[in-house]
Amino acid sequence: MPDSPPLLVVEDLKTHFFTRRGIVKAVDGVSFTLHAGETLALVGESGSGKSVTCLSLVRLVPEPAGRIVGGRVLLDGEDLLAKSPAQMRRVRGKQIAMVLQDPMTSLNPALTIGTQVSEVVRLHQGLRGSSLRDRVVDALRRLRIPVASTWLGRYQHQLSGGMRQRVSSAIALSCAPRLLIADEPTTSLDVTIQAQYLDLLKEVQASAGLAVILVTHDFGIVAANADRVAVMYAGKIVEMGSTLDVFNHPSHPYTRALLRCLPEAGPKRHELVEIGGQPPDLARLPAGCPFAPRCPERLPVCDEAFPPTLAVASGHVASCWATSAAHV
Amino acid sequence: MLQAIGMKKYFPATTVLGLGRARGWIKALDGVSVQVAEGETLGIVGESGSGKTTLAKVFLLLERPTAGSLLFHGKDVRTFGRDDLARYRRSVQAVFQDPYSSLNPRMRVESIVAEPLPRNNGMTRAAGRERVAEVLELVGLRHSSGTLYPHEFSGGQRQRIAIARALVTYPKCIILDEPVSALDVSIRAQILNLLRRLQEQLGLAYVMISHDLAAARYLSTRLAVMYAGKLVESGECDAVYREPLHPYTQALLSAALPLHPSMRRQRIVLSGEVPNPMSPPAGCRFHPRCPQALPQCPSEEPTWQEAKPGRLTACHLY
Repeated sequence: MPDSPPLLVVEDLKTHFFTRRGIVKAVDGVSFTLHAGETLALVGESGSGKSVTCLSLVRLVPEPAGRIVGGRVLLDGEDLLAKSPAQMRRVRGKQIAMVLQDPMTSLNPALTIGTQVSEVVRLHQGLRGSSLRDRVVDALRRLRIPVASTWLGRYQHQLSGGMRQRVSSAIALSCAPRLLIADEPTTSLDVTIQAQYLDLLKEVQASAGLAVILVTHDFGIVAANADRVAVMYAGKIVEMGSTLDVFNHPSHPYTRALLRCLPEAGPKRHELVEIGGQPPDLARLPAGCPFAPRCPERLPVCDEAFPPTLAVASGHVASCWATSAAHV
Repeated sequence: MLQAIGMKKYFPATTVLGLGRARGWIKALDGVSVQVAEGETLGIVGESGSGKTTLAKVFLLLERPTAGSLLFHGKDVRTFGRDDLARYRRSVQAVFQDPYSSLNPRMRVESIVAEPLPRNNGMTRAAGRERVAEVLELVGLRHSSGTLYPHEFSGGQRQRIAIARALVTYPKCIILDEPVSALDVSIRAQILNLLRRLQEQLGLAYVMISHDLAAARYLSTRLAVMYAGKLVESGECDAVYREPLHPYTQALLSAALPLHPSMRRQRIVLSGEVPNPMSPPAGCRFHPRCPQALPQCPSEEPTWQEAKPGRLTACHLY
């Protein structure tokens, strides 16, 4: 995997929102790469820029308030930011597919399941008639949706939450995309259904060699499914590395704090470590490191400049003055 | 202190718009008995549709049970007169899941928090204001926040306001319906610590309803597991986590996400879905999904019995 060129390269992506209160830098210089067959988890709290990063990749940032103001997004070497809207429409759904948090709102309540899946296949693959139907049945079957003919005529309100999420994943995967962006796919699901879905996702991914960007705020999901993880804070990636490295040697104080404030299902409860304060206002970011006001390891330099990105191990980077001071 | 015995709540399933006769009954609660002692936390876990929230509403007198009785300090709530009911409502308060919809956006925080206080009850305005300031301080909000509106606060602070409102009447018990599910991870820890601290300080009892097993574990002293309107298991919290008896509890605990990538393990992944509450399966309601089902499970309903000291479960395996 490491030798082949990456499927997706994101370089210094910047997406800003221009509001009355000022410029909100929702994504501010995000860079990462992703290989085929790999799962990258984007973790962070609400407002850290995870979802806007994903929307920027498929150029669905709500305009005119939001705009991608810089950077490059290369899918197989082609810059997506340079494509025309018509070209971009052919990329979305066919090469990059998305699964969103709430299948209640991402599925159309007035159309049957069959219609919604076949719409995508018809548009992107140009199939008609029985070959279209075969493809739809195949797409549903891959996500273990029981495909009796009655199923294609059902509406989303007749399905359970887990089934709805499978249908929207079936739609996403029906055209054999190269990259799947899953934005909090299990947040609205129950625990046992979440376990079912995550296992199914892993299975489908392995069989199709699919690259997955998994957006989540839950480190449990990262531990269960991700190969690599990028931790976001205030529009920037503050730490990125293989899942095992990041869990074993978290190198940014924010990551450390996040990992420590998880209640354990294991041994007896000790007081949870809190992160004091609130996430920053993105329109009024402090100069320097945005985490500094909440950081337990703050240095004087933290208030002056954003820390450089430092490799703490091979393939494991962190942006923190305290970490870089310890490494020099 | 608070005890529900054989609680049942059936909702009529009607045609569109609630007109017409009932086509059947949705058995949201079907014979649930739990109790909460002073100062303890009863965790109620289960998936959506298991009846957790209906049980919470019964405790809060927001739903009238179809059958079964609710005892408060040994007395049946149905026999309560006006004064007793008012006292009950002051003693049993609630914090809901979503602090964005549980706080009135057009009221100032001080009025929101003061709202449960009894009117014309000897408490002067000044005393009321003092009490509001006191509880705001208790939950870690600034004194001046009383004059602000809910939209001026973040999610975690709003949940603090909701907790302050629950505390203002000196309650004995707070029903926490998914108190941290809508919050960010770092804020979740703050709220869980706050709830723990308040419990120690004020000797509160909690009923914590949650689908988040880790959060439930953090607060609970006893745990009750619900499935399709029935209890499947209850017991001391640590014991249930250490050695779950019912196959559903086992599957639920094993479906919890790992804390570390090295802990990825074989989960018991349940096939199928939570049953339709209108026509739950005969016999044990869990049998269609149960990996350890016995021949009698589809026909005979298991009895609720003590399988081990202090451990109750409804399963034919025991």
